[in-house]
Amino acid sequence: MALDKATVARIATLARIKVPESDLEHLAKELSGILTWIEQLREVDTAGVEPMASVAEMTLPMREDHVTDGNCRDKILSNAPQQAHGFFLVPKVVE
Amino acid sequence: MTALTDLTIAEARDGLRKKEFSAGELAEAHVAAVERARPLKAYITETPDRARDMAAGADARLARGEGRALEGIPLAIKDLFCTEGVETTAASRILGGFKPPYESTVTANLWSAGAVMLGKTNLDEFAMGSSTTTSAYGPSENPWRRRGDNRPLVPGGSSGGSSAAVAARAAMGATGTDTGGSIRQPAGFSGIVGLKPTYGRCSRWGIVAFASSLDQAGPMTRTVRDAAIMLGAMAGHDPKDSTSAPLPVPDYEAALTGELRGLKVGIPREYRVDGMAAEIEQLWQQGIAWLRDAGATPVEISLPMTKYALPAYYIIAPAEASSNLARYDGVRYGLRVPGESLDEMYEATRAAGFGAEVRRRILIGTYVLSAGYYDAYYLKAQQLRTLIARDFSNAFKSCDFILAPTAPSAAFAIGEKADDPVAMYLNDVFTVPVNLAGLPGISVPAGLSSDGLPLGLQVIGRAFDEAMVLRAGDVIERAARFTHKPAFIAGGKE
Repeated sequence: MALDKATVARIATLARIKVPESDLEHLAKELSGILTWIEQLREVDTAGVEPMASVAEMTLPMREDHVTDGNCRDKILSNAPQQAHGFFLVPKVVE
Repeated sequence: MTALTDLTIAEARDGLRKKEFSAGELAEAHVAAVERARPLKAYITETPDRARDMAAGADARLARGEGRALEGIPLAIKDLFCTEGVETTAASRILGGFKPPYESTVTANLWSAGAVMLGKTNLDEFAMGSSTTTSAYGPSENPWRRRGDNRPLVPGGSSGGSSAAVAARAAMGATGTDTGGSIRQPAGFSGIVGLKPTYGRCSRWGIVAFASSLDQAGPMTRTVRDAAIMLGAMAGHDPKDSTSAPLPVPDYEAALTGELRGLKVGIPREYRVDGMAAEIEQLWQQGIAWLRDAGATPVEISLPMTKYALPAYYIIAPAEASSNLARYDGVRYGLRVPGESLDEMYEATRAAGFGAEVRRRILIGTYVLSAGYYDAYYLKAQQLRTLIARDFSNAFKSCDFILAPTAPSAAFAIGEKADDPVAMYLNDVFTVPVNLAGLPGISVPAGLSSDGLPLGLQVIGRAFDEAMVLRAGDVIERAARFTHKPAFIAGGKE
């Protein structure tokens, strides 16, 4: 599968990574190379094969519904690039 | 007398109990070795003060006769494990300055067993790579050199800082993580032992996530016995990781019996790949002979889906990574690059924070998960994963463990394979299938290449049968008598 520049730009937007226009051509070539190599999977007939999401053969364990963690606001905020009044600060999102 | 930095974990444990030296002396010798190892860029962060404090605590316990399994043993921690109050970078600019307010379960287990922390080791950014060259902190160097050639070589990856540190005697052991070979391949390239346990054997809680259905932590050491000791301390059920297995942890050291009578070793026909060096094929044959000498019977097995493991992996791992790495948004921790709007801030932060390989994988992952392509790529890869896992369960009907090479080549030079991502991915051809099937695998140094570089053999076992993997690995280690040392040794002489 050959990806064009527009597709790479669209994926980059979905992934929220700014990609400069000058990188698009090179990235399109590189990603197309990887995808072409990946497409050998098409040789295999997988009709009716159950997809495997995890090898862990277990059902999710149940536990008592009680609080085991919390009251650590300052710890959580300690790595914030910007904070104020006990909140994370971000650029204005509502006009 | 042997230098303190040359001792194995088992020897140091015995020496400490007999009061031949103190944990403080052992820590000082290693702190000095860590400093001398700086040219290798094996460590991102050194923690000498913490090492001294922990060693003092260990000496107090040893004096009271209360030494635990790893009391006073100096270890390095891959910088993918969150360590409370100690910067944790995942070798990425995007986590610059991040000091976790919590400790990963595996490292907490090691400290509860008495281990001493030397520092945090270098890796490929977010563990994505096979050479430790994608680190934002610069590439680690392999302490080994080709005979008559002084070019710096990669230590393998992604746990290359850990393997370089252990090989150069700048740590007695180290933690690694293995998503597609990131413990076993660097262990093979650096002439040490690396064990990837079964998925679920060690808790993933507090380890920076790459591909959550594949990631698994394990020990990197200079001997199989040391790997057994370290795994025993790292492993165990953790309620904080719902995929961690609620199973008891056996005494792995007790598994090292030195014999394999009545057992069958599977030799996978499909692991004879094009372009594999003849000397690796020879070493593999030698390995089969060693196992036969210890009583095992070789049987040919077939893993027909082997060639599809890598392409399936390069859909599944980037897909999971693109989702896991969505959390690096410049809001809660790490790097923030300002922008006019929230979206601009996200995009600028992630553009500046992620390196080329991580960006590549996030984009591939985003693409294969995007509307219209999900079935063709992601679902297809998950179906292949079922078939690959089925290959192994069929094979284990006729054998007890599997022998294979660790990697198709020895270590390569820094910069080689840099322009071709697919050529780099092929390093993991023998290790990736094991992750997809969630099985345990160990790499044991078994010989040298014609130009003097270490080569590893890999033992693969049934799920949760690390004991068998260690037992067979120990037999290979005894037979191989691998006593070669790298060109660069950071540890001291007595």
